[in-house]
This record gives sequence, C-alpha cells and structure tokens, in this order.
Amino acid sequence: MVLKPLGYEDRLTGVFAALADPTRRAILTQLKHGDATVAELAAPFSMSQPAVSKHLKVLENAGLISRSQRATARLSHLEAEPLRAAVGWLMDYRAYWAESFDRLDDLLDDLKEES
Amino acid sequence: MKVIAEPGVPQVVIVREFRAPRELLFRAYTEPDLVKRWLGPAGLELIVNQLDPRHGGRWRWTHYDDEGKGYVFHGLYHGEPTPDRIVQTYEFDHAPGTVYLNLITFDEADGVTTLTQNTVFFAVEDRDQYVDGGMERGIRVSMQQLDDLVTELAEEAHS
Repeated sequence: MVLKPLGYEDRLTGVFAALADPTRRAILTQLKHGDATVAELAAPFSMSQPAVSKHLKVLENAGLISRSQRATARLSHLEAEPLRAAVGWLMDYRAYWAESFDRLDDLLDDLKEES
Repeated sequence: MKVIAEPGVPQVVIVREFRAPRELLFRAYTEPDLVKRWLGPAGLELIVNQLDPRHGGRWRWTHYDDEGKGYVFHGLYHGEPTPDRIVQTYEFDHAPGTVYLNLITFDEADGVTTLTQNTVFFAVEDRDQYVDGGMERGIRVSMQQLDDLVTELAEEAHS
C-alpha cells in the first residue's frame, strides 16, 4: 500500500540510504542505549574516529541523529521521528490487508454474538 | 491469507477465509460504522466520509496517522453490491487518475465464507508500485532485515 504524503520522498530516500550501511545501523543500535561521543561509537569498530564521523554526518543529514556539544566532545543522539516515518512507509499491501482482515475476524465474532 | 501476484500481470488476488456467514461480511463492508472498526492497518484511524453502496454510489474514506495526516481513498460502486459480490473502483487522492478496479466475492460453505479480492491495475508497474509500496526490487532482499531493525528502533525510541 502506498501511503505517503506529498514531499515525503526525498526525506525517505535519505533515511533509507543512511540505513543501507551496516556500520550506520550498528551505530543507531548503539545509540538506543543513550547518547554517545564519537570515541565511544568508534570503540566497537576497527575504524578510525574520522571514518565514524563520516558515518555520523550521513546519519545527521538524514535526520536520524542530532549532535550536541558536551565539554570537548560532540554527543550523538538518536532521533525517532524519521524512523517512524520509514516504518509507516514500509507498511505494504500484505500488511494492510492482513491486519485489516484480522480485525474483521474480531468484528464478525461480535456481530455473530449480536445476531 | 493467500496473496497471488503473478509476474507480468497487472493483477493481485487475495483469498481469505472467515468463520462467518457472508451476510455478516457484506454488512462489515457496507455499513460505515462497521467498516471503520476493521479496515486499514493497525495504528491508523479510519474515518468513513461517504459510503453509498448502490450502482453508481460513491465511497470515500480517510486513514489518519498519529500526527493527524490524512490519506484519502475514494471511488464508485459499479453494479448493485450484494452478499455475492462487490465491484468498486479505487483512487488514492495523492495519485489522481491512477485508478484500480476491485472485485470482491463472498462464497459461503459450511459456515465458512471465502473472500476473494481481485484487484486489477492499468499496468504491471502500477501493480508493483502498489504491492511493493514503490520499493525497488534490488533492495527488497535486505528490506525484511531493515524493516525489523527500523521497527525495533522506532518502538524503543518512541517508548
């Protein structure tokens, strides 16, 4: 099912491009546990901090994270809204009808009791 | 629920069985108060703006997401809707002129009604756009994985 308001496409393209990379997905997963510095985010990867910073830039441009300054370090913060938009967009035809028909089962049970 | 979408054919068929007489299914499809109780994905609220189940009658409904954005669908009934069959056209308000045709049949046997929804589009591309939500085929393989992750992230970030 295509459910997308106008002007939605470009933003989602950015979100999906950002999510297409496994390192960036791992970074987002890590940020679920709380805000983190570049050094903290780089720790699990065999990757330099500048390389991680490049990934953070992509995530920030897609609106998936925001960054703030804490003393001498920049903190990354997970942003939920674009993810919710992506989830809404992934709702496809099958899900639309499968969910509808499951609820129709319940409604039909109610109607059978009434009649 | 069975979904049949053959490659190269601008058609999707859904088959689903319900443990209820077809008269009740017909009511669930044609009474606005009942339609809003089941139609549409979980998480979206349905408002039935118009529903006139007769030959040439109009229907129009809007799905609202939790931010209040509305997604309007509308169309006409063709032929008198009955507990045997409903024929209706569909158009999404954001894609005027892209119309698809729905034939819904209800076959009842031994207390079970088999619903068949046969949807026909102008072109295979329109069908694929609809069924895949515009997804490019190349990225579909990773989509399930991505879907799981994104859903999980959104749920946790939302909570």
